[in-house]
Amino acid sequence: MSLRIVVCVKYVPDAGGDRHFAGDLTVDRDDVDGLLSELDEYAVEQALRIAGDWDGDGDAEITVLTVGPEDARDALRKALSMGADKAVHVEDDALHGTDALGTSLVLAKAVEKTGYDLVVCGMASTDGTMGVLPALLAERLGVPQVTLLSEVSVEDGVVRGRRDGDTASEVLEASLPAVVSVTDQSGEARYPSFKGIMAAKKKPVESWDLDDLETEAEEVGLAGASSVVDTAVARPARTAGTVVKDEGEGGRQLAEFLAGQKFI
Amino acid sequence: MAEVLVYVDHVDGSVRKPTLELLTLARRIGEPVALALGTGAAATAPVLAEHGAVRVLVHDAPEYADYLVVPKVDALQVACEAVSPAAVLFPSSAEAKEIAGRLAVRTGSGLITDAVDLEPGEQGPVATQSVFAAAFTTTSRVTKGVPVITVKPNSAPVEGAPAAGTVEPLAVTFGKSATGTRVVSRTPRESTGRPELTEAAIVVSGGRGVNGADNFAVIEALADSLGAAVGASRAAVDAGWYPHANQVGQTGKSVSPQLYIASGISGAIQHRAGMQTSKTIVAVNKDAEAPIFDLADYGVVGDLFEVVPQLTEEIKKRKG
Ligand SMILES: Cc1cc2nc3c(=O)[nH]c(=O)nc-3n(C[C@H](O)[C@H](O)[C@H](O)COP(=O)(O)OP(=O)(O)OC[C@H]3O[C@@H](n4cnc5c(N)ncnc54)[C@H](O)[C@@H]3O)c2cc1C
Ligand SMILES: Nc1ncnc2c1ncn2[C@@H]1O[C@H](COP(=O)(O)O)[C@@H](O)[C@H]1O
Repeated sequence: MSLRIVVCVKYVPDAGGDRHFAGDLTVDRDDVDGLLSELDEYAVEQALRIAGDWDGDGDAEITVLTVGPEDARDALRKALSMGADKAVHVEDDALHGTDALGTSLVLAKAVEKTGYDLVVCGMASTDGTMGVLPALLAERLGVPQVTLLSEVSVEDGVVRGRRDGDTASEVLEASLPAVVSVTDQSGEARYPSFKGIMAAKKKPVESWDLDDLETEAEEVGLAGASSVVDTAVARPARTAGTVVKDEGEGGRQLAEFLAGQKFI
Repeated sequence: MAEVLVYVDHVDGSVRKPTLELLTLARRIGEPVALALGTGAAATAPVLAEHGAVRVLVHDAPEYADYLVVPKVDALQVACEAVSPAAVLFPSSAEAKEIAGRLAVRTGSGLITDAVDLEPGEQGPVATQSVFAAAFTTTSRVTKGVPVITVKPNSAPVEGAPAAGTVEPLAVTFGKSATGTRVVSRTPRESTGRPELTEAAIVVSGGRGVNGADNFAVIEALADSLGAAVGASRAAVDAGWYPHANQVGQTGKSVSPQLYIASGISGAIQHRAGMQTSKTIVAVNKDAEAPIFDLADYGVVGDLFEVVPQLTEEIKKRKG
């Protein structure tokens, strides 16, 4: 049996850029440069390590999958240049404005169409930062979720990992097929090599639309969303505070400020 | 009056503070009905009653501790059917967000995560969110099914509001998928004796400028003088100077205390994402150009090893 890994990656507006909303209160993805979400690089990295460690029958094969606009192809290219084998891009005008529930539906259909033993996600997207998609995807696929892992490995059809939670650190285990998500504690992502970048240009990228996934336009997009944003207001800049230079009294001046604010 | 289902985050029966904040918000929308699961579930009732829970649904089974997330989703689904709530509220912990998400899929409902405020509205509860590292404030609402909403810690005051808090057992049978992910072992986090980072009224954080694990004693001493929690930037965590559990920011904890004191932290966007909604922000940094000063209500340009110990001394003196 081979090991088919699907990595879900998102193309996001650069956090260093001027992120904002479009007129319809969706995230403006045109005006701000985008990139492969840094947190999904960790997912690609863990997939590569799992594939590298694979010693079962057949090959381990990595497909990177994204749901997003035309430019999202850049995110796929980056993942391919890191070493993934092939890519799937789900793109359809009707997807504009899709919420997390809709995205999980589309991803679930695409993952099923691709065929999978293991789905690897990032811990959260850097724009929406919900961190729920891997759980939603597992629910829809009806397979175990093994999420927020700082360590992960696959052996004998079982995925194992460590989840560092709020109150405890847990070791988790599930049989494949399964959905995992990995945190930025799982290990630094590799940089694409020159060879990797050249090789990526020849790797196959499939493009699917909603018809290919037998999904109706009404189920996704702004119209299919199950929540609506009514207002989005830029937060007023914080009023400039007091900045003093320490000339030997900085600590005491700070204490005076804190006392004035009733913190002491 | 409509009932609002509140998921109780507790450790062996001791209720964590964000759940009490949820009860405050739930009372704005309807009558709070709490759901507590696992070991100590029934023991949560008295404190929930003091804060407005009209009923407390409880269920305990080994599955809640032995398997990840899904057994709790099964219980919530049963509770939703039993209560027909106007909304279901969760604290925004990593686990509760996952439970909320799966519940939304199962019930065909809309999902809003990380709300920082909640008000009743003509078309259902209106959630305020802070997005793009707090550069924007949005309001949104759920348009399908039962609104499933997770709320960040420190988004509402804890208020006493005595109610009956009648304990009612909930009958839950687990589905096939409940036992999919086994918890092989669990190591509880050691308590530091300091307040919980996300719940603390004051957070004192150190960054790369602290320059070494041992030097964090300077940050801890200031924290202890104020009864504060200790935070760290990712640079300090990656360097191995402080545990990841204390990281503040996009991939660490999101905090919203009354007072945030950043020392030796530059204020990168990913750090700001986790602390920008703090009420009062104070910064100590030797670089006058550091972006953290753009946020600071009070900033000291100077060496933290001079400024912070002096501040700690002065606080101790004033507190006598
Ligand atoms: C996807 C992603 C997620 C991330 N998530 C997080 C996150 O959750 N949290 C987080 O914090 N970062 C996060 N980062 C990293 C972030 O971009 C910054 O690299 C990090 O916050 C920098 O930490 P710092 O401010 O401590 O270090 P630096 O940026 O190096 O700043 C150190 C500061 O200390 C000052 N200093 C040095 N010595 C002294 C002294 N003696 N006295 C006073 N001041 C001194 C310097 O002037 C400087 O301003 C993330 C990055 C990415 C890409
Ligand atoms: N549009 C998308 N296409 C592919 N993967 C996605 C998409 N959105 C989210 N994901 C995956 O789900 C994870 C969590 O995203 P989120 O719940 O949006 O924070 C990300 O790290 C990705 O692995």
